Amino acid sequence: MKRYLILEDGSVFAGEGFGAESVTTGEIVFNTGMSGYQETITDQSYNGQIITFTYPLIGNAGINRDDYESINPTAKGVVVKNLARVTGNWRAQMSLDEFLKRKHIPGISGIDTRALTKRLRSVGTMKASIVDAADAHAFDQLKALVLPKNQVQQVATTQAYPAPGTGRNVAVVDFGLKHSILRELAKRNCNLTILPPTITAAEILDLNPDGVMLTNGPGDPKDVPDALDMIRGIEGKIPLFGICLGHQLFALANGADTFKMKFGHRGFNHPVREIATGRIDFTSQNHGYAVDPDSIDPDQLLVTHVEINDHTVEGLRHRLYPAFSVQFHPDAAPGPHDADHLFDEFMEMMDAFNNREGKELTHA
Amino acid sequence: MPKREDIHKILVIGSGPIIIGQAAEFDYSGTQACLALKEEGYEVVLVNSNPATIMTDKEIADQVYIEPLTKEFVSQILRKELPDAILPTIGGQIGLNLAMELANSGILEELHIELLGTKLSAIDQAEDRELFKNLMQKLHEPIPESTIAHNYDEAKAFVDEIGFPVIVRPAFTMGGTGGGIAKNADQLATIVENGLNLSPVTQCLIERSIAGYKEIEFEVMRDAADNAMVVCNMENFDPVGVHTGDSVVFAPVQTLTDKEVQMLRDASLKIIRALKIEGGCNVQLALDPISFKYYIIEVNPRVSRSSALASKATGYPIAKMAAKIAVGLTLDEIKNPITDATYAEFEPMLDYVVAKIPRFPFDKFENGDRTLGTQMKATGEVMAIGRTAEEALLKAVRGLEVGAVHLWRQEDADFTDQELSDKIITPNDMRLFAIAEAFRRGYTIAEISELSGINEFFLDKILHIIELEDQLKANVDDDDLLKIAKENGFADVTIAKFWHESADDIRDHRKATGIVPVYKMVDTCAGEFESTTPYFYSTYETETESVRSDRESILVLGSGPIRIGQGVEFDYATVHSVKAIQKAGYEAIIMNSNPETVSTDFSISDKLYFEPLTIEDVLNVIDLEQPKGVIVQFGGQTAINLAAPLAAHGVKILGTSLDDLDAAEDRDRFDEIIKELKIPQPVGGTATDKAGALTIGNKIGYPVLVRPSYVLGGRAMEIVHSEAELANYIDRAVSVSNDHPVLVDQYLVGTECEVDAITDGKTVVIPGIMEHIERAGVHSGDSMAVYPPQDFSDDVKAQIEDYTIKLAHALHCIGIMNIQFIVHNSQVYVIEVNPRASRTVPFLSKVTGVAMAQVATQAILGKDLSALGFGTGILPVRPGVHVKAPVFSFSKLNAVDSMLGPEMKSTGEVMGSDATLEKALYKAFEASHTHLPAFGTALFTVADNDKAEAVALAKRFREVGYQIVATAGTAKAMEEAGIAVTAIAKLGENGENAILDAIADQKLQLVVNTTSADRATTSDGYLIRQTAIMHGVPLMTSLDTANAIASVLESRAFTTTAL
Repeated sequence: MKRYLILEDGSVFAGEGFGAESVTTGEIVFNTGMSGYQETITDQSYNGQIITFTYPLIGNAGINRDDYESINPTAKGVVVKNLARVTGNWRAQMSLDEFLKRKHIPGISGIDTRALTKRLRSVGTMKASIVDAADAHAFDQLKALVLPKNQVQQVATTQAYPAPGTGRNVAVVDFGLKHSILRELAKRNCNLTILPPTITAAEILDLNPDGVMLTNGPGDPKDVPDALDMIRGIEGKIPLFGICLGHQLFALANGADTFKMKFGHRGFNHPVREIATGRIDFTSQNHGYAVDPDSIDPDQLLVTHVEINDHTVEGLRHRLYPAFSVQFHPDAAPGPHDADHLFDEFMEMMDAFNNREGKELTHA
Repeated sequence: MPKREDIHKILVIGSGPIIIGQAAEFDYSGTQACLALKEEGYEVVLVNSNPATIMTDKEIADQVYIEPLTKEFVSQILRKELPDAILPTIGGQIGLNLAMELANSGILEELHIELLGTKLSAIDQAEDRELFKNLMQKLHEPIPESTIAHNYDEAKAFVDEIGFPVIVRPAFTMGGTGGGIAKNADQLATIVENGLNLSPVTQCLIERSIAGYKEIEFEVMRDAADNAMVVCNMENFDPVGVHTGDSVVFAPVQTLTDKEVQMLRDASLKIIRALKIEGGCNVQLALDPISFKYYIIEVNPRVSRSSALASKATGYPIAKMAAKIAVGLTLDEIKNPITDATYAEFEPMLDYVVAKIPRFPFDKFENGDRTLGTQMKATGEVMAIGRTAEEALLKAVRGLEVGAVHLWRQEDADFTDQELSDKIITPNDMRLFAIAEAFRRGYTIAEISELSGINEFFLDKILHIIELEDQLKANVDDDDLLKIAKENGFADVTIAKFWHESADDIRDHRKATGIVPVYKMVDTCAGEFESTTPYFYSTYETETESVRSDRESILVLGSGPIRIGQGVEFDYATVHSVKAIQKAGYEAIIMNSNPETVSTDFSISDKLYFEPLTIEDVLNVIDLEQPKGVIVQFGGQTAINLAAPLAAHGVKILGTSLDDLDAAEDRDRFDEIIKELKIPQPVGGTATDKAGALTIGNKIGYPVLVRPSYVLGGRAMEIVHSEAELANYIDRAVSVSNDHPVLVDQYLVGTECEVDAITDGKTVVIPGIMEHIERAGVHSGDSMAVYPPQDFSDDVKAQIEDYTIKLAHALHCIGIMNIQFIVHNSQVYVIEVNPRASRTVPFLSKVTGVAMAQVATQAILGKDLSALGFGTGILPVRPGVHVKAPVFSFSKLNAVDSMLGPEMKSTGEVMGSDATLEKALYKAFEASHTHLPAFGTALFTVADNDKAEAVALAKRFREVGYQIVATAGTAKAMEEAGIAVTAIAKLGENGENAILDAIADQKLQLVVNTTSADRATTSDGYLIRQTAIMHGVPLMTSLDTANAIASVLESRAFTTTAL
């Protein structure tokens, strides 16, 4: 079925529809990863977004049962150059087309995704729509669209739930978490309690966890103001590790500012330098906002990681408290495992802090 | 980390002659590395025996030695130059092995020379099977169960334990030489014995066969600060079992989930870190298609063919970065030259798909064993870039130049279903075509996957192409379909066939309806950052990124994939032409399809179009670029063949006009010219049918030289001795027609020689004459050539000069040309004129100091040669004697006869230079790994009419201390001449195979074998030659070559004379 991708700036790309047949609108972004479309599409940080894959052949490995980063993805659309007709991987259970149909996400193929990407690179991310007819009406609808500000609410859990383990007790505050964060913690035997984003500091302190993980999630960190109080209420009292949106919230809670990037970092070839050691890791990234380096109060926060090309702040550590955060995904999925040692550091931080505090470790 | 200041002078080892498994990619990597080191301020000393390389140009290094890559010669250079360090990792396996040999000899320690990039221990760990196994065990990286066998019994014992099939890999051989898959005890015995012989350490690895697994490659880099990264990953279309050099390869990987990609990435990085490589490394892995199980197949601790491919596939210059890392720089302080916005510490992201298809020599070796296995057989490869897999694949297919512009060949259509299935089951060079044909016959993806083990995802891409064929047939002149077909890589000529129109009709219609290609940039970052790389590929989409500049431009056509007869020499000339164009102030644009070469390094030209060299693809680029003209003289037959169709489309061919190119190549027109000039040539004629050929043959008298017109590298050329043989040749070797006539010529015995000449239409510069060692009958590309000629009289030289000048003028040549002569009884005859650069350009350029391709390009661009200081005639002879010697790859190719003849068979060349002919010859033999000890035993088995000469030759070998063994007839002739000789039984006499045993047991140090066309001797001789090749015993199939080596031995020996 012939369909169109239209952009806020008036561009029209004709292509072939796949996945759900509905009309969709959202913020269009591009991802440069050459593998891992299943993880990307199911990553809730893409809530409300139409994802363009710069790699032209998508769907080659189908969709499998293991690689979901959430069960019900809320991306608004998928844009590809060339959709595989036949999959070539033993784990494939269904095609990408079938999956998107089931999840009610429209896709469009046959798009000059490089031209589109270059457009987004020069103009910045913008609103877009996948429609049946690229007429004035469609553009009017697109212009009228107001992007939602309650994205975290849309995707995060509303109820606390456990993911039992036998080790350290970690409270995971879900802003739209990727399963890979839970997998990394579970791999380290953590006993997890996943909490809604509305959780308060007092409620967390009542649970008395060994550590708190602030997860990734969609949208503008400033749309989640209540979380800042929560963070301020627990930092110093419980070791803290923030990832992606969790990192931005940690920064905001400590007086720094964030800004919207022109077209963000979405892919997994971003080299990040750990300033203390000089070590460089290739990191999986998905963020449209970043921490403003000039806004950081050096008495509060220390920049620990930077992207080596554009010097984006990629990691922070609190000067006084056992708390750190990274802009990228050490949990990878998709992407390199280079930075998974940060989860070990989180474990060590919890152990060190809790020993000092004289707490009895549950896993000991 | 800043670069090292404690070293100043670095020796770079090149890879020597081109052989199968080690080709032009090392010229590319070597050139990059040398330039990178110079850029960092180091003094670079280069040694390589291969003159046909850009890297051996004077500008590339501070000191260039074209000397044999042997311990003796390189040690001498080390003592003379006293470098601080050696960079051994860019000269392929040859470079690495030589570095190890030098280190083991103690000279590096003695002279305090350090190995850069990869430490000796790492080379050992990656190359020595046992150490490699230990390392992998330590890293918990799985490798297939294996054992090291030093003899057959050890191999057999191991296989009794784990069962068949097993793979046999000889240690320390390149391109998997001598390896194979054994499915039973007989095969095991054959392969193991062969492998042990070829392995310099007499070791073979016997391992569990994992044939059928997905074959994945990772190109990884690491620096001294332990930063490590992946430049590119690739997935083979052919599952494990076919050497990766012989596989169709896609980049990046296609059928893996991210989980699998990251698992293999982790393994690859773990290995490069454990080996502490400072530079590039290639890791080959096998992934079970139905589980997460994987094995490490092989690690190459150096730049490789795959790294050249990865560099071209991503735009990331691995060899250049590897050289910088080797001197201490780290990835995060080197700028990525593609973007200039990012650092070299950056994993490239592709937004296109790359297909590589190997180019095999079986068009030349029709009797060769076309089965593919663990031993590489391809001589070259093509790469194509597209935005769909179908597009990349079909572009690569038409870049191959195997007579197919599409996945279709008549041959496959003629197969029975059973034959077709066999072609799919057993990997072979044309499997891709067989699969396409099977889909045409209604085979399903599942069936073909079952037969071939090839992943269904890939097979669907071929099925899609076949489905589009059907749609095209059913919907003639459908514009939407036309666009879809173009997006999927269909050539105009293919669509034209289905629509019963001409390719021009399709082209015109496309242009009228706006279905034209766009050109996208290769930028390493999938468009995320702005780049200005002048590196483009075509596709059918919406946005073109290549912008025509204001400067006047010249388009140079490259020479496509490396094949026998069209080697790296043509890339050399192409690159030089580009340099001259730039110097003349024009923008130089290159089109080429070969990922191995220097010409496809985007920093060489002002613009690189990585495209197949077909008329459609070239015209498309011309539509966009509107160049002043096109230069076709340097890209071999590939480019020259495009001259006529380009001119027909109104494109200006620069230099010699199309009409004159035709006059040189068209036999009748050429005959007329040569008659008018009164230049002698062997009597001959052109026939368009069998009867005509026989008439000519009978008129001239036998033997005659017969070949098809418009030939490349003497393809299908033969000397035939009778009418019956001629008739047989016509039936067997060629399809004669009006379009494809056959040339029948008188065969003159004499000394062959050739010249290259440069002319602007007035001045005719002849840089030098090259005299061939082997008499006429051996293809010039397979002959040893000597500069200057050693025993030509002034009169002969004057004739050569005179004829060359006359021909240049009569053919209105502008640019470069090559003329082959034969000197018969002091009379010079013209055999052939090629109105283009020949393979001797690099050799002659180097020995005469005239940058011939550059001078020729200046002439083509309208410069007066006289203004450049040149006059007409042969240039004064330069001091020294220089020998160009051919190098063959017979040990890689089963069932290919090593007997030299009018068909070219060599894959590469070396050069030996010294003060005397004998010394130069010695070096040339050493450089081509034809090493003869001072004494030993030589076997003679020669044709009847060679016996007299053989006797004289044997006498000389006896004098320097050789024992002679000969077959009955030859022995009798020698005995009669009073030469002490041991007779050895001919093959088959009472089931005898004493000769083969003697060769296999290394009891012979030299085999001299010539044959007449008599079939029985041929097959006996064939076995003897094969055995000699297999066991690495020097083999001479021309008495002239044997004479040359006798002279070398004589020059090195004292004479011992009894009173």
